[in-house]
Amino acid sequence: MEERKDELQTKGKEKKIKYSIIVPTYNERLNIALIIYLIFKHLRDVEFEVIVVDDGSPDGTQDIVKQLQQVYGEDRILLRARPRKLGLGTAYYHGLKHATGDFVVIMDADLSHHPKYLPSFIRKQKETGANIVTGTRYVKNGGVHGWNLMRKLTSRGANVLAQTLLWPGVSDLTGSFRLYERSVLEDLVTSCVSKGYVFQMEMIVRATRKGYHVEEVPITFVDRVFGSSKLGGSEIVEYLKGLVYLLFTT
Amino acid sequence: MKHIFKITSVLAAISAIWIGLLQTSLLPPNYTWLLPIYLVVALGCYGLFMVGIGLMFFPTCPQEAVLLQQDIVEAKEFLSKNGVDVASD
Ligand SMILES: Nc1nc2c(ncn2[C@@H]2O[C@H](COP(=O)(O)OP(=O)(O)OP(=O)(O)O)[C@@H](O)[C@H]2O)c(=O)[nH]1
Ligand SMILES: [Mg+2]
Repeated sequence: MEERKDELQTKGKEKKIKYSIIVPTYNERLNIALIIYLIFKHLRDVEFEVIVVDDGSPDGTQDIVKQLQQVYGEDRILLRARPRKLGLGTAYYHGLKHATGDFVVIMDADLSHHPKYLPSFIRKQKETGANIVTGTRYVKNGGVHGWNLMRKLTSRGANVLAQTLLWPGVSDLTGSFRLYERSVLEDLVTSCVSKGYVFQMEMIVRATRKGYHVEEVPITFVDRVFGSSKLGGSEIVEYLKGLVYLLFTT
Repeated sequence: MKHIFKITSVLAAISAIWIGLLQTSLLPPNYTWLLPIYLVVALGCYGLFMVGIGLMFFPTCPQEAVLLQQDIVEAKEFLSKNGVDVASD
């Protein structure tokens, strides 16, 4: 009996770390196929699953995901759909419920987040033992392509404001390409209530306040090529409201 | 401690120093009275300066867009061979 138990334990230790990659989609028919191809291309010797959380996209995103399951296997690509567009924050939560990995990666489906950076997230986490690794665009080797001056200006302004007021300890607050320890993400997701960009900011600010170890890796961000943006309207006002909200609650 | 308290305490500390300066009149009082205004102006300048710097040295990556296009071509080729419908509409 004793021996058996030991054997089981060592087996447990040798078990490979598993990653769950959560990709929320809404009308990303073409992008989801491309990104899944690229994920499988760049994560060769890693145990992982992709969890697609689709909110009933009318463009047939789910049909494509089913075709992809035929190619890559239903155990590697999980389709966890919801009946209608219920928003990004809850999409992560929904995906997380079905995740079986030790670590969870969250990325957009629109190819702004390139899967070729996944290995550097994983490496960084292994090297530092961080609870969270977040992709940052505003450092050496990082960058953005396809933004006009106005978009750059708001992005820089928003960042300076947040850095001055919140002292968050990370350089890119609104980026959403991140790797989390699963238990950490479970903890954060339940304590974050914001929507849109503010949600990403709230997650990382609460994480630093809670004392989680956060590391950064440079990523490049190419503005979406296919499909259309789903976040719109009065983003700046929402952002400012979010900033005040975080000032008072974190 | 909520973050707003941290900021409030920093502001309180600054005000305390200012009041101290006013009462001890280490500096000419006229000058001391204007200090908060200087401070606000300085903060504003700092903000504008940082945004300006950020804009000037905004990291861009045009080569990444080219690489992505190549990846897209490669992915489409593989996927259409394997029965995934990637015909753009
Ligand atoms: N499941 C789900 N996914 C969503 C929803 N809204 C957006 N998404 C997905 O979330 C990711 C990010 O959304 P985007 O529309 O690209 O938002 P953005 O990156 O801020 O805006 P862009 O500048 O257009 O790229 C994409 O993969 C979307 O398909 C939603 O309500 N439900
Ligand atoms: Mg996007």
